[in-house]
This record gives sequence, structure tokens and C-alpha cells, in this order.
Amino acid sequence: MDNILKIKNLKKSYKDFTLDNLTFNVERGSVMGFIGPNGSGKSTTIKLIMNLIKKNSGNINVFGLDNSKHDKEIKQKIGFVYDENYFYEELNIIEMKNILRPFYKGWNDTLFEKYVKEFELSKKNKIKTLSKGMKMKLSLAFALSHNAELIIMDEPTSGLDPVFRSELLDILYNIIQDENVSIFFSTHITTDLEKIADYITFINKGKLVFSKTKDEIVEHYGIVKGSKDLLDNDTRREFVSIKETNFGFEALTKDIIKARKIFKGKGIIEKASLEDIMVYTVRGIV
Amino acid sequence: MNIIISNSSQNPIYEQIVTQIKTSIMKEEITQGDVLPSIRSLAKELQISVITTKRAYEELEREGFIETVPGKGSYVSGQNKDLIREKRLKNIEETLNEVVTESKLLNLSLEELQGMLELLYIEVI
Repeated sequence: MDNILKIKNLKKSYKDFTLDNLTFNVERGSVMGFIGPNGSGKSTTIKLIMNLIKKNSGNINVFGLDNSKHDKEIKQKIGFVYDENYFYEELNIIEMKNILRPFYKGWNDTLFEKYVKEFELSKKNKIKTLSKGMKMKLSLAFALSHNAELIIMDEPTSGLDPVFRSELLDILYNIIQDENVSIFFSTHITTDLEKIADYITFINKGKLVFSKTKDEIVEHYGIVKGSKDLLDNDTRREFVSIKETNFGFEALTKDIIKARKIFKGKGIIEKASLEDIMVYTVRGIV
Repeated sequence: MNIIISNSSQNPIYEQIVTQIKTSIMKEEITQGDVLPSIRSLAKELQISVITTKRAYEELEREGFIETVPGKGSYVSGQNKDLIREKRLKNIEETLNEVVTESKLLNLSLEELQGMLELLYIEVI
């Protein structure tokens, strides 16, 4: 398969945090959700991909090119959406566009106009008067108007309401109708964005937990709930981590099929959400 | 054709799609030569991932229900109805086989079993 982004043995050390030996790939035409708790290294990874900070070691390949040697070439084809606003607040949308446009060879004014209209952005208003959701849409309009093949978004939905998140989801589905485009986004997990992801890469404390297809994850992980007398040394081994209360237990298993056999008729077995997987895994590592 | 996805179902989403497309073929809601939505547009409509819809289509292809022409799309292939019917008949045969084995273990006579089946056949709508 053609990988649009290849990360191999990536390492970045700070005084009290190390992104350690991170390896994963993003396939062309796919959507990858990048998840992990706060401070797990998601933003560091994205900054490294964007060549905004220097790595200690490892490789980052974007479109088959080394990301620091071919920085300018690569960025022509990346659409980057930050969590924070990086626009000149005093300008209006058109003035801002006139500043950004010359940087991109592939800039397409018609496309930009289309998005501005579609996202219902008012061209004359100063950027500082836009709501958080509107600023997000503006970022997207810029990211999508220069024929980017890789859309990278850092926490695109943080602080946004469910209605907007669902709108964003629709926008992303429209983007991936083009099978050459890949989307890579970090998130704390929002169930709505969970839907669109083909792959999930999960990091915790700077280390990779897994990078797999979402289907594989959702079909194998499960939550078992039941009374505490079901727990003994053998059954405990089936779980990533267990939460016990006075009234019973809840636990995460990596093998729901096996759990269905072991706990048949005794406990409740449910599908695990990505949120469950994240919470129980982080707890299990501690 | 309707496709309804349940997130609380035990069955994986791709399987739910496969079953429902098969049912649509069986009911002749879609017939030979009909074009199916593209993998990416179906993912968008159902709000699921592209990989999941791709997997569903691959499964349907493997079982001979649809054909995919690269660059053109996926079509419903011919003779599906008989194929599905045959498969379902085989299913019934297998289930009945189990019933017979179980009945013999309990020394149930053929007449008794037939009586039971008759009752059930009338009762179940």
C-alpha cells in the first residue's frame, strides 16, 4: 500500500517528557485518528511532522520525502488545521486570504470561494469577531483550498459543540470522497469523529500503544461487567485492567470472543468504545 | 434499498451491511446490473469508515453477489436470487439435522416431531 506518511523510530526528548521510538504509517486515501490522554505526545508528534520542532532521531517521510529536507515542497500539499487561531485578528477573511495565497502554488480561488459560501463565512467581518466554530471553519477553508493531499488537524473539535462536530464530520466525509486525500487528526476522543476513522493510533506517555484499523480494535476489545465472585487469578488475567466497586466489577478485555465463552451467562459483555479502551489501557499501564 | 446500522448490535458493521444488501437482492429491491453506491459515498451516507464499507463490498464480491469494475463501480451480479435461496435451504437442512439428532436422543417419534413442526409452522407468522 502507498503510505502518504511514514514515521519510523521517532524520538524527541524534553526535560520531563520523551516521545519514544514512535512508528506508524498513514495510508493514502485513509483517515487516521490519533488518540491519547493529555500530555501523551500527540501535539509533539504533529509539530514534528510539520517540521516545527527538531527531532532527536528517527525518520519522518511525507509523500515519500524526508520532511526536514523537503520542507517547502511537502507543505505545498499539506492542509494544516490548528486548535488555536493563527490568523491576524484585525483582518477580514479576504485580506487574510491575500496574505496566504502567494505561499501556495496550488491555490484555487474558486475552491476557496466555494468553501467560504458553504461554511457560511462572512467575508467582510474581522476575524476576531468570528466564533470559535467559525474560526475552525475558516482554518479548514484555507487548508482545503490549495489541493492538499494530506490534511493534518490538531484537536480540531476541542471546545466545539456537538452540532458543529457533526457538521465537521460531514465536511470530512466530503473531503475523503477524493481517494487521494488522507486525513490525520488528533483528538481526545469524540465519538462522532470515531465514526470516520479507518485507523486509530493510540499513544500514551510518549509511547505507541497500538496503530490498527478501527474495525480490528472494535471487534476485539470488549467490556465485561459482573459480580466480583467471577474474578479469580485466572479470569483476572483476561483483562487489561479492572475497575472494582462495592457492587461488582467492570473490566476491559482484548479478546471479546474468548470473554464471551468464559463469562457466558454470568456477566454482561459489551462492545468497548475507543474511550473505554483509552481509559482502561491508561489505567492498566500505571 | 435501505441499510440501517446498529451500533449496539453484536454483529460487526460490515456484516450488517452485507446481510442487508443480500436481503435487498433477495427481495429484488435491487436487481442484476443495478449500480451500488461507491465505497466512499456509502461510507459518507452511513457515517462509517471507508475501510468498513470496502470490507463489506469485498465480502459480497467474494460470495458472488456483486461485481466490481475498477474505475466504474460495483454492480449487482446475476443469478443471485437462486444462490441465496440455495444457501438458505442448506441452512434449513442443517438446522433440521440438528433437530432430528436431538429428537432421536430423546426417543421422539417422527409423528411426534411432525406434530410439533406443524404446530410451530402455523403459529409462527
